[in-house]
Amino acid sequence: MGNVLRSFNDDTICAIATAMTDAGIGIIRVSGKEAVSICDKLYISGKKERDLTSHEPNTIRYGYIVDGDRIVDEVMISFMKAPHSYTCEDVIEINSHGGMLVMNEVLSLLLKNGCRLAEPGEFTKRAFLNGRIDLTKAEAVMDIIEAQSSFALESSRAQLSGNIYDEVVSLRKEILYEMAYIESALDDPENYDLTGFSSELKSKILPMIDKISKLLSSADEGIIRKDGIKTVIIGKPNAGKSSLLNALSGSDRAIVTDIAGTTRDVIEETVRLDDIVLNLIDTAGIRETEDLIEKIGVDRAKEKIAEADLCLYVLDSTSDVEEIDKDIFKLCEGKKTIVILNKNDLTPDIKISKDILPMLFSDCNSIDFPIITTSLLNREGLDELKHAITDIFFNGELAPKQETYITNLRHKKLFEEALDSLKLVVDSIEKDLSEDFYTIDLSNAYSSLGEIIGQEVGDDLVEEIFSKFCMGK
Amino acid sequence: MVEVREKIDVAIVGAGHAGCEAALACSRLGLDTYIFTMSADNIAFMPCNPHIGGSSKGHLVREIDALGGEMGKVIDKTFLQSKMLNTSKGPAVHSLRCQADKMEYSKEMKRILEAQDHLTVKQAEVSELLYEDITDEKLKSQGYERRITGVKIFSGIIYEAKAVILCTGTYLKSRCLTGEAITYSGPNGLQPSNLLSESLLRAGIELRRFKTGTPARMDGKTLDYSKMTEQFGDDPVIPFSFDTDPKDVQRPQVSCWLTYTNEKTHEIIRNNIDRSPIYAGIIEGVGPRYCPSIEDKVVKFPDHERHQVFVEPEGTFTNEMYIDGMSSSLPEDVQIAMYRTVPGLENCRIVKSAYAIEYDCLCPGQLHPNLELKKIHGLFSAGQFNGSSGYEEAAAQGLYAGVNAAMEIFGKEPLSIDRSEGYIGVLVDDLVTKENLEPYRMMTSRAEYRLLLRQDNADLRLRAKGYEVGLISQEKYDALLNKQTLIDKEVQRLKNTKVGANPIIQSFMEKNDSTPLKTATSLAELICRPEFNYDNIAEIDPDREELPESVKQQVEITIRYEGYINRQLRQVEQFKKLEKKLIPADIDYGDVSSLRLEARQKLEKFRPTNIGQASRIGGVNPADITVLVIYLDSLRRGQSNEN
Repeated sequence: MGNVLRSFNDDTICAIATAMTDAGIGIIRVSGKEAVSICDKLYISGKKERDLTSHEPNTIRYGYIVDGDRIVDEVMISFMKAPHSYTCEDVIEINSHGGMLVMNEVLSLLLKNGCRLAEPGEFTKRAFLNGRIDLTKAEAVMDIIEAQSSFALESSRAQLSGNIYDEVVSLRKEILYEMAYIESALDDPENYDLTGFSSELKSKILPMIDKISKLLSSADEGIIRKDGIKTVIIGKPNAGKSSLLNALSGSDRAIVTDIAGTTRDVIEETVRLDDIVLNLIDTAGIRETEDLIEKIGVDRAKEKIAEADLCLYVLDSTSDVEEIDKDIFKLCEGKKTIVILNKNDLTPDIKISKDILPMLFSDCNSIDFPIITTSLLNREGLDELKHAITDIFFNGELAPKQETYITNLRHKKLFEEALDSLKLVVDSIEKDLSEDFYTIDLSNAYSSLGEIIGQEVGDDLVEEIFSKFCMGK
Repeated sequence: MVEVREKIDVAIVGAGHAGCEAALACSRLGLDTYIFTMSADNIAFMPCNPHIGGSSKGHLVREIDALGGEMGKVIDKTFLQSKMLNTSKGPAVHSLRCQADKMEYSKEMKRILEAQDHLTVKQAEVSELLYEDITDEKLKSQGYERRITGVKIFSGIIYEAKAVILCTGTYLKSRCLTGEAITYSGPNGLQPSNLLSESLLRAGIELRRFKTGTPARMDGKTLDYSKMTEQFGDDPVIPFSFDTDPKDVQRPQVSCWLTYTNEKTHEIIRNNIDRSPIYAGIIEGVGPRYCPSIEDKVVKFPDHERHQVFVEPEGTFTNEMYIDGMSSSLPEDVQIAMYRTVPGLENCRIVKSAYAIEYDCLCPGQLHPNLELKKIHGLFSAGQFNGSSGYEEAAAQGLYAGVNAAMEIFGKEPLSIDRSEGYIGVLVDDLVTKENLEPYRMMTSRAEYRLLLRQDNADLRLRAKGYEVGLISQEKYDALLNKQTLIDKEVQRLKNTKVGANPIIQSFMEKNDSTPLKTATSLAELICRPEFNYDNIAEIDPDREELPESVKQQVEITIRYEGYINRQLRQVEQFKKLEKKLIPADIDYGDVSSLRLEARQKLEKFRPTNIGQASRIGGVNPADITVLVIYLDSLRRGQSNEN
């Protein structure tokens, strides 16, 4: 019977555990039953004897990775024996001389000798399944793996070290106390008095409501900071959309490395402006045809815009405003939009300037979009763009204001549920219902908060785990 | 002696509240049943408090009645006073409580047992369980090791039975303690049962020692009631049984009396606490926290200046008065001094002194959810033997075990009541999945879905189950279905009937200090306003038909608390999802390598039938449950891949 479960964990996995850069040193991690025997096949010790099987746990050894007779790299190897490792399995870490080429070669040697390349997060998955870490921690690690900006990393780390956890635990403690008091009073009315209890309870719940509301108000910003801003670039043909894309891509591109697992292809659509992550929608269209509107039609553009958090509307400042510009403009109504007046280096030909733009679009309704001028071919104006985005999304503050942000949609939903339940308690108090009604919603709030930190077994939570860990293939 | 063997279907050991319900259930389902008792003159005896019902216990009595049990009907015939408790709170915690005439209650139950076909009352001490090893592979794979074959009584006669139900209450190796004075007897000086425990241990059953206690009984003529507050019963009285005609329970009632302890009482207790067998360490048994002795209360609440004391009649056959709230195991000299500090009790004379009683009982982790021993097929147990306390808890388990013994003999599905269906479900589930370290008492706080589990709707919740197992007649079941239809129709009608904002309605609103209507509003919405109820909007609802009181009550509760009821229903949905994730009976927890050691041991011990139950076992945390769910899911997926 047990074999079925073990089949998830039966094979031995490996991955490059450090950033995929030409750094001074890099670590390749191997986990599983055959970690030792596989590594033994490609390792010889400093004294040129193959003795990895006699390697003492929790020690580090000097030696070489070899491919047949050829020495691939000079390495240090550490061995952590099950269950005293991150995954609770036998784990070997090969400290190699960094360098993409060498690391890849060691990795392919491992693969050739019977390892399987780890899926993203698979080390964490094993740690979780083997009872090494709890769900919130696992969730946070998954978030770190997927982290695209330093904020995302920070907030995931905060979650790991327990910021959200602490908030939730303290809220739950308060709620539990009140529930326990009501229950005691119902069971033992002689010794527990409920006179004046409801107004006292209200005065305790209102601050909780405030606290959760505040956390929730951070959620949108937190999620955007962590996951990035869904952005669409629009504009008529040749306005400079492709230049904008290139300029953005040329900036510090996000190369995301799975800290616990394999490398990933750089997602073409995700670009970074310092700490701002932009998830560009439909960039393929821009690259191929340079003409989003004409090619895909206004309806489709509308769809894309609806999907986006941010529209970057590129206008060629050297050409006249046409009907199509106004059409596109109208599509952006009600969206966070930045107008980019491009090609401002061609000063003599400028037909649209920041000043006259509102006039040119006077028959369109709202025209209070921020306008920046750029020369994208020269990569000028990206700073301005960054400031404009920061103004719109983060109230001008690029650095996170709060210590605790909700950065996880699941958490957000559960906080919202808890908030609703607490409001219902206040509602019951105001309707003058008796105390036994309060516990219904108090216990709902308690459960919702418990699900956030994995202290409550919800069926949905289990589903979540399955989807997150891509189980059961 | 010549060996005598009698062949019967079911043997019930003990004729207390659990035994009586178990015996009646089995015999009414047609099984040849014997009920063994140490004293045929003390059937359904109340050795402690003289009342039935009370907070959450009243719910149990209603549920027993809904399922076809007897307790509610007997107390309806024999109560001295009846009161609906907690009426200032929501309907979930309203609870009926009756003062019983102890002797009449016992006599009435005896009459019913004697009149019952297929049932024989036998005064004898059951000294031995009889069983054989299991050979049936299927039963073996379900974890059974033995099969019950009957019981032997002290005289040596053997009763061969297909099922045995242990309802031994507080009688196994019991001893009573009043300070240093220890009597090796059952409650109230009755004979203890000293032989069966050894037989149970030999059968591999794990026993433990619990204790409980009772206060003194006073000579009524030595009390001064003028110093106490009189406590009256309700008028009109609401009967316990759904089958009792309310007209039959309107009769003169007897009063109870309220008085209080004071600083002087507490001082005497504090000065003598070292002479209490519990605090002196003489009592090994664990007592109930929720039914504390007066010395426990004084220790636990040092700031409380006084504690309530209810002085209650034991019956019309005696002038003994029960001193509720002052149970004790202090020595009798301390008792006399302590009771005499209480206003009204200054000159009291004690007829029976307070005592604590210790007894052998079962660790109920050894039970299946149907109250059968996991290892012994056909052996069931109920009541105080299972580690509960209280007559109502006992009766509920007795009925449940009785029905399930019968279902097993018939080869039918067991009666199953889950936590969302009844207090009985909560009681049984708590007993079999939690490590109860003290006598288990039913409390409203133990029920998660109590707005659904009201005492007023026990029939709507459980009658169908009683009908299914065969304890509720077709006629009664039809009446229930009819009641449900009337409720549903009336709720719909009130939701659909709108009254306009016309002058007649507005003047009605004004007359009742209610806000005038802005638009047409349904009658249901009006009932939700605190100033209105079903009855007082009759004036603006000329189309209504005359409905029975019980229907009107359900209509009003359904409408008024709809939002809360719906939220509880959603909680139940969540709960059921986990209850439906079954754990195979032959699971090997050793295979679930990621479980923490403590969790694995607890799961191995309790062997829960589903994930929901597993999650309620103490020492099993949510992370363990997640691991278990993933394991089961992987099993399922593994199997479907193989197929």
